[in-house]
Amino acid sequence: MSEQTDFLSVRGLTKHYVQRGIGRRQTVHALDDVSFTVARGETVGLVGESGSGKTTIGRAILRLIEPTAGQVLLDGTDVTALSPRALRRFRKRMQYVFQDPYASLSPRMTIGEILTEGLVLQGVRGREKRRQMALDALASVDLPADALDRYAFEFSGGQRQRIGIARALVLEPELIVADEPVSALDVSVQAQTINLLRSLQQRNNLTMLFISHDLGVVEYVCDRIIVLFLGRIMEIASSETLLKAPRHPYTRALISAVPGLDPDADRSGQQVLQGDIPNPANPPSGCVFRTRCPHAIDRCAAEVPPLEEVEPGHFKACIRDV
Amino acid sequence: MATTPISHPRAKSPARRALGRFGSKPGAMIGLAVFASLLLLMLVHPLVSGIGPNTIDLRAINQGPSASHWLGTDGVGRDVFARLLEGGRISLLVAVTSSVASLVIGFLIGAVAGLGGRIADAIAMRSVDVAMTLPPVILLLVLASITGPGIGPTILVISLLSWPVLSRLVRSRLLELGQRDFVVASRGMGAGLGHLIWRHALPNSIDILVVFATLQVASAILLEAGLSFLGLGVPPPDASWGNMLFAARSTTVLTNYPWQWMFPGLALVVVVLAINFIGDGLRDAFDPRSEGA
Amino acid sequence: MPLSPMTEPMAAPPADAAPEPTLRVDGLKVGFGGSQTRLIAVEDISLHISPGRTLALVGESGSGKSVTSLAVIRLLAARGRIVSGRIALRDKAGAVRDLVELDEPALEAVRGNDLGMIFQEPMTSLNPVLTVGEQIAEPIRIHMGLSRRAAMQRAIEMLDRVGIPGAAERARQYPHEFSGGMRQRVTIAIALACDPVLLLADEPTTALDVTVQMQILNLLRSLQQQQGMAMLFVTHNFGVVAEIAHDVSVMYAGQIVEHGTVRQVLKTPRHPYTRGLLACVPQLGTASEHKKQATPLFSIPGMVPSLRDMPRGCRFAARCVHAEARCREATPALETTDTGNIARCIRWNEI
Repeated sequence: MSEQTDFLSVRGLTKHYVQRGIGRRQTVHALDDVSFTVARGETVGLVGESGSGKTTIGRAILRLIEPTAGQVLLDGTDVTALSPRALRRFRKRMQYVFQDPYASLSPRMTIGEILTEGLVLQGVRGREKRRQMALDALASVDLPADALDRYAFEFSGGQRQRIGIARALVLEPELIVADEPVSALDVSVQAQTINLLRSLQQRNNLTMLFISHDLGVVEYVCDRIIVLFLGRIMEIASSETLLKAPRHPYTRALISAVPGLDPDADRSGQQVLQGDIPNPANPPSGCVFRTRCPHAIDRCAAEVPPLEEVEPGHFKACIRDV
Repeated sequence: MATTPISHPRAKSPARRALGRFGSKPGAMIGLAVFASLLLLMLVHPLVSGIGPNTIDLRAINQGPSASHWLGTDGVGRDVFARLLEGGRISLLVAVTSSVASLVIGFLIGAVAGLGGRIADAIAMRSVDVAMTLPPVILLLVLASITGPGIGPTILVISLLSWPVLSRLVRSRLLELGQRDFVVASRGMGAGLGHLIWRHALPNSIDILVVFATLQVASAILLEAGLSFLGLGVPPPDASWGNMLFAARSTTVLTNYPWQWMFPGLALVVVVLAINFIGDGLRDAFDPRSEGA
Repeated sequence: MPLSPMTEPMAAPPADAAPEPTLRVDGLKVGFGGSQTRLIAVEDISLHISPGRTLALVGESGSGKSVTSLAVIRLLAARGRIVSGRIALRDKAGAVRDLVELDEPALEAVRGNDLGMIFQEPMTSLNPVLTVGEQIAEPIRIHMGLSRRAAMQRAIEMLDRVGIPGAAERARQYPHEFSGGMRQRVTIAIALACDPVLLLADEPTTALDVTVQMQILNLLRSLQQQQGMAMLFVTHNFGVVAEIAHDVSVMYAGQIVEHGTVRQVLKTPRHPYTRGLLACVPQLGTASEHKKQATPLFSIPGMVPSLRDMPRGCRFAARCVHAEARCREATPALETTDTGNIARCIRWNEI
């Protein structure tokens, strides 16, 4: 990928939280030195378990939280360097879709107010014009026009999630960060929402970061997948390659932990990871995965493995070739 | 059972629905009717009645309710009914104005503390601490010595004393609200502090504000009475419910001339109750989810 | 125990089950609200689980799967009532009692003793101010009458059995000192402390990460092999069902719509709803193919009907591509199909 085609470029993104207590000070490593690029119109999945930092990445890119270090370039603009005022204007170009359809819509506002809030903030003039844009957004997510004067509590989870998507789209952004947009939904509604997201993404040529813990959904939605563990990138590859030929031990363990639908499946080859995810306030030295890794050797504790390209477009952060 | 039933009757406008929620509470409507008629009476009475609040009827001192003095007279022959309405005007003026003032100050400072980030929070909360540690009587005496007694200074003092509690309540509500996804979404669309306070903090603090306002109106009436008693509030011969109550505090009056304290007391109770009921209705009117519950 | 066991003979055992099931539910119907405004949450629920077997109750939100499991342990929310039905539990002593008939003290003697339960949220089901050891020892002291010391000894054994290293040390720690997966192990230890005949597990792995979920599923499977308890496993995830269940009941809008062994239901589903649900889930490794061919994911249109507004006839008809007029006339009965599945669909052999 050359510099020109990189629509989104994340460089050395780091987020540390400092926890202060009486007589002690802890640094929680939510995100450590994460770099990747995304081409325009591409959908990239961020996959990991809790504590992997996937939500932190999404929010830090949109500067909904301030990164501790690192740069985020969106279409050549350094988002991390924008002044508060310039950032507010720039927000039009990048939007967020939230996981919880119940918490992400204000209970006190009508759907019309929710959908036009961003338009007002971005200085779109004319009440009628804003209303029309809200109606268009509603129609694009297959909701009836009379939803405009209703409140969020009058809708089901799946419908609320579509309202959340409409709110993000009404500003006509170029980048969407979708944070677990379907994991709070029922399976049957999940499929409807995924189809909707994909068709909207293609129609509007959106660039999308899709955060999820569900590998099946990510494989279906994304062109490329980034696997995270404890705030660091473990592996990057196209979704097909990542699932067919994963190179990092963590990716393999993650794939093998997803229960399939075949009750007769042979479970003898299954790798079950031992232990729990380490505490991000006290991450292991060297490779953060080594305490759970079946292939760890002494050298894994000594150095942080660099993210190396093992074949074109396929990166892994593991010093062992297993 | 998380499925929300969706019925689609013809959509009414949100404002009409809010009015409907207010109107559907009998308590709120009764409270509003009582309060409105009291206000009307207070405003109309001086225009139609020949008896003023300070008209002294020397033939009727400490007389019980009669045809000429409906609620009786006080120790110097003034009509209790006229003084009650006159006092109501002043008491309500003081109470409502000071409540609104402390509501605005308390909410804004609490909102800036809750949503404005760490530094704003620290500054705002230290000012709350300072305001809370001010000894009220000394503050009063200082202020009174500067401005002299009167309605204006009374309102000022009551407002300055009451807002910190509200700030604390609002701040803790907003610290939690600020983490909610819909507020993050709003920031993500370019919202600044002003927008967040107006569009999100205010509607989501209405319940706190309503409870505070109803309690505050009652306590402001009483605080004004206490100030008047110290000679710092509404000075005689102007009437207020507070100074009427305090004037009637001797044992003789309490046992022999009960109309002199009973009616102002009753008026106070009725007004506070009415405001409470209106407050309940307002809270529901601002909460769309209360519909049909 | 101050109760007279109701040793009423059981109805004739069904052909496909072991003769004496641990739990047998017949015609369970649960309503919410007063008699005027009552909403029926689940109805016509019949199921049975034999010792050492796991029945998975699968469904989406609003299907009534959690209501059913809470009804079995008689812990419905205040406004929920069992309207009719029998819940027969064969306890440790072998006596069969109808839990619907028991009063609260008698139920307390059953819960935690014959019946163990684990929940979705391991954090909220543990008391933050008691040590983990005390919380495991509590039911042991109450139900097994052991001394404080002996109960703590057994609590440590239980911690060891659920795979918590350094059990003796860990028993003295508080829940917040445990990670999510470890906490769920603790709740399992509590649930199994008194060696129950039946374990109710309500979405026990939903809040956990996949790698930890697999550990917990493996743990439950091996504990079941050791202790031989029956298990009622509530979940919405068919992948988890394939891992843990022997039998499956699929619920939709308060009814069981399909039942069979895990192989029957997952490999040869007969009810259109089950088929739809299975097709909705993007499968690892095949999803890329789908995407290349630009085929949208299979989805079931519409949504679950509201309790207030339950349609006549088949409750799935409004969302079913195979529905015809007669589907909407009467509630279909559960029919045994060609593959041995039981399905609530009148058109199972046509589609």
